[in-house]
Amino acid sequence: MKKHLLKIALLSAAALMTASAGFAAEKLKVGFVYVGPVGDFGYSYQHDQGRIAMEKALKDKVQTTFLENVPEPDSDRSIEQLARSGHKLIFTTSFGYMEPTLRVAKKFPGVKFEHATGYKRSDNVATYTAKFHEGRYVIGQIAGKMTKSNIVGYVASFPIPEVVAGINAFMLGAQSVNPDIKVKIVWANTWFDPGKEADAAKALLAQGADIITQHTDSAAPLQEAEKAGKLAFGQASDQARFAPKAQLTSIIDDWSSYYIDRTKAVLNGTWKSKDTFGGMDADMVHMAPYANMPDDVKKMAMETAAAIKAKKLHPFKCPVLDQDGKAVECKDGKALTDAQITSMNWYVKGIDEKLPK
Amino acid sequence: MTSSMFQLILMAVVTAATPLILAAIGELVTERAGVLNLGVEGMMIMGAAVGFAGAYSTGSTTLGALAGILAGTLMAALFGFLTIALAINQVAAGLALTIFGVGLSGLLGAGFVGLKRDNPGQIHIPGLSDLPYVGQLIFGEDAFVYATLALVAGTAWFLSRTRAGLTLRSIGDNHQSAHALGLPVRRTRFLACLFGGGCAGLAGAYLTLVYTPFWSPGMTAGRGWIALALVVFASWKPWRVVLGALLFGGATVLQLHAQAASFGLPGQLLSAAPYLATIFALLLLSSGTRRSAAAPAALGQAFIAPR
Repeated sequence: MKKHLLKIALLSAAALMTASAGFAAEKLKVGFVYVGPVGDFGYSYQHDQGRIAMEKALKDKVQTTFLENVPEPDSDRSIEQLARSGHKLIFTTSFGYMEPTLRVAKKFPGVKFEHATGYKRSDNVATYTAKFHEGRYVIGQIAGKMTKSNIVGYVASFPIPEVVAGINAFMLGAQSVNPDIKVKIVWANTWFDPGKEADAAKALLAQGADIITQHTDSAAPLQEAEKAGKLAFGQASDQARFAPKAQLTSIIDDWSSYYIDRTKAVLNGTWKSKDTFGGMDADMVHMAPYANMPDDVKKMAMETAAAIKAKKLHPFKCPVLDQDGKAVECKDGKALTDAQITSMNWYVKGIDEKLPK
Repeated sequence: MTSSMFQLILMAVVTAATPLILAAIGELVTERAGVLNLGVEGMMIMGAAVGFAGAYSTGSTTLGALAGILAGTLMAALFGFLTIALAINQVAAGLALTIFGVGLSGLLGAGFVGLKRDNPGQIHIPGLSDLPYVGQLIFGEDAFVYATLALVAGTAWFLSRTRAGLTLRSIGDNHQSAHALGLPVRRTRFLACLFGGGCAGLAGAYLTLVYTPFWSPGMTAGRGWIALALVVFASWKPWRVVLGALLFGGATVLQLHAQAASFGLPGQLLSAAPYLATIFALLLLSSGTRRSAAAPAALGQAFIAPR
């Protein structure tokens, strides 16, 4: 992704200029680095919504800067630019920024760094990610109730633990209300290629799926479902604008409260490096408005989401059976541990397909 | 397999192949004139962004397509000015054009992200389009598909049957001799370059107007590069571009259908299938006897008129 180099340069220049202006006001300068455009109405868009909310909540005390479309392999200098221009807290929001963030953090011990979806920390680098699989459990239940063909199509990206855990949580949710449900999975082997994602959705619809869900980033599968008069779930943000008649709901990544908390911690001097894996309870994951479904399904979905939020329901509550019907080791007694979820490389019972390795 | 499913799959193949054919046929003409433009991806994505912007603003798919063609042509004009008028290295300029196009399209299209249009729909001829198995496939595609085939036919005819086509090919094979014969080397190359840009722009517009009717940055996702490979695959022959694009689009679409139908093949291997097919086809081609005749002899060489 070599795009927007010029834009990055301009933004960096802008960051430098605001740096000199910032000293007079003595505000905490917070920087954000995004992998995509803020207007993608997906992953980066949601991070930027978090930034805006944080700035609103702490407006007298902070000043924010963001760099969008920052290519992962070339992110060192963008991150360093922010650190050099007086930013004391920097959020780097994509998995590929992990090593660059750690490298830059070493050079700027006085600056706090926050890296999303990574697993390597240091004294001034914290990590955070969200339990998207909680939302997948809710949409699985909705799909279980709404499907007529008992076949749900799943457009997946890559067989990494986050995606596999999502598929499993979806299936467990669906089975909880509809034991006969089948899920058909198509690996697009891409995060973003609207054409290919659309073709994958078409293939699933041709195989009799009447609900499409996806773990890729464009709205193309949703639009295919709408065109075919079927139902679908949005991805990362509310995508109802693309498919008002098809979108049932969408799992929304909400970083607002996390960004507010962590910025406050820096202001108070209580910031510490740690790992955060927050879900609905931390308001990091919630659901877009429920639509295109009868009231009883809506009520069920809301109750499930509320139970997960209140920690009364765990998507991976024991016993969890693997594909062969064998119970998975239950390390903390009640449910699978976070570590088991973030390293998941097996399917639950009821999924007929083989997980590509 | 039912009639509707058969048609559904094959129509998806045609939809996947159409932007590849468009971009590749344009590049083919450019290369036959001796100009190697590696900026197809950049011109294509500009066509996608501007095409969508045009169609959304005017409400007309036709005007959107024209806007996309114009955007691709302007990008090609920039490339032509650099490489033909100023004789700058074509490879470097082409790569720069791609980076520039991807960035500029993001900037121009920023206001159109998150908007959608309705699919313009397919042609319907009563009777013919309703025939089982082949009706919709042959008589019920969208208008762009027929325009694309007409364009390929026109290009094939132009290159092999017209005097201007002969001039273009001779310039691509030996620009010094062509110049000595009094043929307009620079003008012909510039026009060929513009044609390539227009086609790439239309290919991009097809993505945002028909394939997935919305604009999102980076959505060409490497199709420009595949088009470049297709030209080589087709050994610079127009109809082989169609064959190659159908093979490539077919392999991509069929592997997705194979997964959905649970054939039990690993997804990564299936995803690699089209590329394996391409390599295999290239092997077959290069083992043939006439391979040296395939590439335009002066391809990629800058022309500087002797004084």
